[in-house]
Amino acid sequence: MLEIKNLHASVNGKEILKGFTLSLEAGKVHAIMGPNGAGKSTLGYVLSGREGYEVTGGEILFNGQDIAGLAPEERAALGMFLAFQYPVEIPGVNNTYFLRTALNAQRKARGEAELDSMAFLKLVRQKLSVLDLKDELLHRAVNSGFSGGEKKRNEIFQLALLEPKLAILDETDSGLDIDALKAVAAGVNHMRSPERAFLVITHYQRLLDYITPDVVHVMVQGRIIASGGPELALQLEREGYASIAEAAH
Amino acid sequence: MSAFLDSQAAQQGQLKPSAFPSVQSWREQAMAQALRVGFPHNKLERWKYAPLRPLAGKPFHAGATEAGSAIDTALLPPAPRIVFFNGRFSAEHTQLNDLHGLQVQSLAEVLAGDDERRLNFLGRQFSDAEAPFASLNTALADQGILIDVAEHAVIETPLHLVFISQGAPDGSRYLRHKIDCRTGSQLTLIEHHISQDVDAGLCNQLMHIHLGLHARLKHIRIQRLTAACLGFSRSDAVLSSHASYQRMDIETGGHLSRHELNLSLQGERAHVQSGGVLWATGSSSLDTRLSVRHQAPNADCKLTWRGLADDKARVNFYGGILIEQGADGADAALSNKNLLLSQQAQINTQPALEIYADEVKAAHGATVGQLDTAALFYLRSRGLPKAQAEKLLSQAFYAEAFEGIADAALLETLHPYLPAILHREQEGLT
Repeated sequence: MLEIKNLHASVNGKEILKGFTLSLEAGKVHAIMGPNGAGKSTLGYVLSGREGYEVTGGEILFNGQDIAGLAPEERAALGMFLAFQYPVEIPGVNNTYFLRTALNAQRKARGEAELDSMAFLKLVRQKLSVLDLKDELLHRAVNSGFSGGEKKRNEIFQLALLEPKLAILDETDSGLDIDALKAVAAGVNHMRSPERAFLVITHYQRLLDYITPDVVHVMVQGRIIASGGPELALQLEREGYASIAEAAH
Repeated sequence: MSAFLDSQAAQQGQLKPSAFPSVQSWREQAMAQALRVGFPHNKLERWKYAPLRPLAGKPFHAGATEAGSAIDTALLPPAPRIVFFNGRFSAEHTQLNDLHGLQVQSLAEVLAGDDERRLNFLGRQFSDAEAPFASLNTALADQGILIDVAEHAVIETPLHLVFISQGAPDGSRYLRHKIDCRTGSQLTLIEHHISQDVDAGLCNQLMHIHLGLHARLKHIRIQRLTAACLGFSRSDAVLSSHASYQRMDIETGGHLSRHELNLSLQGERAHVQSGGVLWATGSSSLDTRLSVRHQAPNADCKLTWRGLADDKARVNFYGGILIEQGADGADAALSNKNLLLSQQAQINTQPALEIYADEVKAAHGATVGQLDTAALFYLRSRGLPKAQAEKLLSQAFYAEAFEGIADAALLETLHPYLPAILHREQEGLT
């Protein structure tokens, strides 16, 4: 589903991704772990097409299509989703309206019929019950005044509603207490399916206790230096990044 | 000398002389003042950013109307409504439905009548700094409306006041109005300024508003003229004790639209809430000068204005609050935030606060910024096309100006008459 080949990317002229290569198939969950400054969040932004994150070399293929030149909304319509580490507060824009507009914009771009407000509300109710979310969040402005946990739940709710083919979770565990972490992980696990792939970016092993990855990659200085099964995350937790980085040399 | 002022002096010669000597003398004095003061220029602080130069040398003529122009009735709001077409009162399209407590008369009718006292408002003197446009209005306005809301009358249905035009490019029109809300009365007034088809004429309007004791006026002014129009408008409101004046100004059109809004809180515990949105596109200049005077104790004003400038457009805003000696316990707040939507757009904002009283609460703030790139990326990453994301963020930005003034029912009433740029699904904003 996602093929990243020897990707180089820069922010403000500074190279952050330095030959990043990864292959992710449908139905799989890959975790990317790495120390601060490894380029993990940059990877998420580059994959989503944020302005200012410039691809200087290599390829990003999504279901065989080179997406490096596509706008963020075009990538979203293709089925890519980024759950933000810091979801943005947008005062004045109603959350329900935002979600419906987003869903319909994607449907329109794919040539599908847009949902009217009745059909949309039905869908929202269905997703809410699955995720055990308070519908009160829907009536407020997007992320505005939400607690850290509420923001992350809102991200997962969007994930459930938009049903992307590929979800990139950028440090979704940061700032969460254990209950919120479990709730968010349960939401993600519920969304796992043979047609969907996940790229879980995280600093700590903790999240992977609840979302079991198929493959764990260790990212240091803009590229992957080691890959393995879930046991690699535990090894990292025990021995730290330095020893893995050394062993890779 | 200015070709513009010369042409306006000539226009006075064509005006039917008033049968009332006082009116005739006010007109002559006002024209003399306008000519003496001369056409304003950008070195004057109050005209610093307005693109006046092309106008100074351009003659305009009275009564210039596009041949064959006829009112497009599809643009008219429902009754009760008062309609002016090309600057002239249209009895044909005005429909008032005999609202109890509401008295409406056109200025032309009052000028032709025999009650001179009703014309006293035309005798208002203006300082040289306010000239020439206010003085020209006195000198040349023979059209307008006088609205009188009787004591304790509550007019439930919004009253529409429509100015619609399809004049010739070199036409100039002058209108003078008086709105009187007597003790305990209530009114919602919606002003529409529309040009149908292309209209590059000039329109100068001056409105006097008086709110009696405990009177309540909700006043919405929507200016969506086409891109070539010139507007010089002035609204002066005076509030008595416990009067409440809520006002929304929405401007999106015109080549140059200057609006001077003067609010005098003369009575104790008078209350003003003024929200405005100036959204300039193309090469338009929207220029608003808001002045509030606290003249009595314990009055309050809340002024929330938002400016957005796209393309090569300009938004100029001046917001002045003066709290006079003795106006103790005043509570005044001015917020002016602005968004630059393009690199070539320009926004100038100047808040000014002068306080000569004690125990006063006064706050003011002005900002100029750009759309939040993080929010823009967030919306786009969820699938919203760039233009739609920008529009949604822009609308969320201005919506704050109307909080507490426009409830859902009023927004619904206004929706068909709002400029296209403001069209949105109401549910979309909190």
